[in-house]
Amino acid sequence: MALQASKVQVGDTYTQKLTEDLSRTQIVQYAGASGDYNPLHSDEIFTTKVAKYPTVFAHGMLTMGMTGRMVTDFVGDGRLTAYGVRFTRQVWPGDALTATAKVDAVREEDGQSLVDLSVTTVNQDGDVVVMGKATAKIDP
Amino acid sequence: MAAEKFPIEAGHIMMFARAVGDPNPIYHDADAAADTEPGNVIAPPTFYQASAQYDPDYFLRPKIGEPWFGSGKEPTGVPPTRTGGDGGTGLHAEQRFEYFRHVNPGETLTLKARPGKTWERQGKRGGKLTFSENIVEYFDESGELVVRATGVGVRTEKVVESD
Repeated sequence: MALQASKVQVGDTYTQKLTEDLSRTQIVQYAGASGDYNPLHSDEIFTTKVAKYPTVFAHGMLTMGMTGRMVTDFVGDGRLTAYGVRFTRQVWPGDALTATAKVDAVREEDGQSLVDLSVTTVNQDGDVVVMGKATAKIDP
Repeated sequence: MAAEKFPIEAGHIMMFARAVGDPNPIYHDADAAADTEPGNVIAPPTFYQASAQYDPDYFLRPKIGEPWFGSGKEPTGVPPTRTGGDGGTGLHAEQRFEYFRHVNPGETLTLKARPGKTWERQGKRGGKLTFSENIVEYFDESGELVVRATGVGVRTEKVVESD
């Protein structure tokens, strides 16, 4: 079910918990599916001894992908026309992530109803890990 | 740099959706997807990034018979190709997608990549930051644009510290 312009208002929000405890295995799973095998995401020895980070961390694109679930659950399947984020902070194994969409505008373009969203995902400390925008076609 | 061709495969979409934690049947169940508005399995919004699987030169995948900068028992000492030498790192700063239609399993997309803008900024914690855009357009077999992906990479002079 897609969103309906008549039932959504500017300022409405939709929130979804993405993970309670991000596993290292999910990060590896994302590496395998996406093809991004950067050792920074799975190789503890490289990440701590060579790159000097405290531990491995998630692909930004994993967080964007997880956040995308919240967006598509909100607007409906196959309705997105644009989705973009900035990666503002690293996501570490064990993080709990919560994603929220806020309705910025409900508008019409060439007879098509559209919704513009602000998208934000925060960790367990309330720090923003990704923030961005999405636009979707919605029903009248 | 990008793959030239990206075959859209149902199994790949299923694995990708699992990896991003999305249980929506439209990404893995053809029968359930038939009853949805798109009418078939579609790809999750960020799936296009997985075209890296089809880039023969993708620098973040170990190549058979070639040195790899990740560790074995201990660090290999192989210089990181593009994650930066000197302790500096290249990271993904931003990603945007524009969608023109859904993809369907069984079709093959053709990719065209081009560099976008480049700019610099002084970082709070990481020294000078250099941003560069890479734009990849995905076309279908009739030459219609399906998706445009714009990635922004950032290179730092030293390791970004996170608190």
